[in-house]
Amino acid sequence: MNDVRFEFEVYSEDYVQGGSVSSDIKKYLHQIGINQKLIRKIVICSYEAEMNIIIHSLGGNLILEIKQDLILLISSDKGPGIKDITLALTAGYSTAGSKAREMGFGAGMGLPNMKKNSDLFEITSCPNGTNIKMSYYI
Amino acid sequence: MKVKDLLKNISFKLITGENLDKEIGGVYTGDLLSWVMSHAKKDDAWMTVQTHLNIVAVAKLLDLACIIIVENAEIESETVEKANSENITLIQTHYNSFEIMKSMLVKDD
Repeated sequence: MNDVRFEFEVYSEDYVQGGSVSSDIKKYLHQIGINQKLIRKIVICSYEAEMNIIIHSLGGNLILEIKQDLILLISSDKGPGIKDITLALTAGYSTAGSKAREMGFGAGMGLPNMKKNSDLFEITSCPNGTNIKMSYYI
Repeated sequence: MKVKDLLKNISFKLITGENLDKEIGGVYTGDLLSWVMSHAKKDDAWMTVQTHLNIVAVAKLLDLACIIIVENAEIESETVEKANSENITLIQTHYNSFEIMKSMLVKDD
């Protein structure tokens, strides 16, 4: 199979569509025969990344790349960035506002969930945006 | 136990969903969505007081058997619409999570 790449736009504060990109990703991975266990890991990460863009950022996108023996999930947004990545990666730490918390977000589990459910987790952040690259071995 | 077996108890009200023959594989209770995402399993019945429309996405992504809104938490109309369009089974009850689990265990003999 040739390498495949999909790009999905995610909008700031678009709670109504929250999860729809992850749903498309799940459907596609299922169609190409990726095993259920790996789909679950990728979908947990894509959902967290998608909701993070909606809750915390000014908008961004999710990219799914399927390679020969590797799947990449890349989340990139337009800012405002994460001030302290180490703190943000600590389970239970959250900067989510009251609206997001009322909706059951802001548990401080997003980034830790992504890190735990990916084989390789790379994150960079500055005021212009946050980029997260998650790799999964097929 | 199937979803339809839950509904034999008149305290469980079906709000949306048609796939009532779905087998309930387990139960999960929680209101923090990230926590539910990483811990609930396929075919679980998920008990929560969260009622905004993102619970539908969680249920769909995890292939949950149904969502049970406990303690008669008021369900937002957008959530009902979304659950309908995604064919997610949404059930409402006045019971709390403990009472539901107790009733499921007793009826599962």
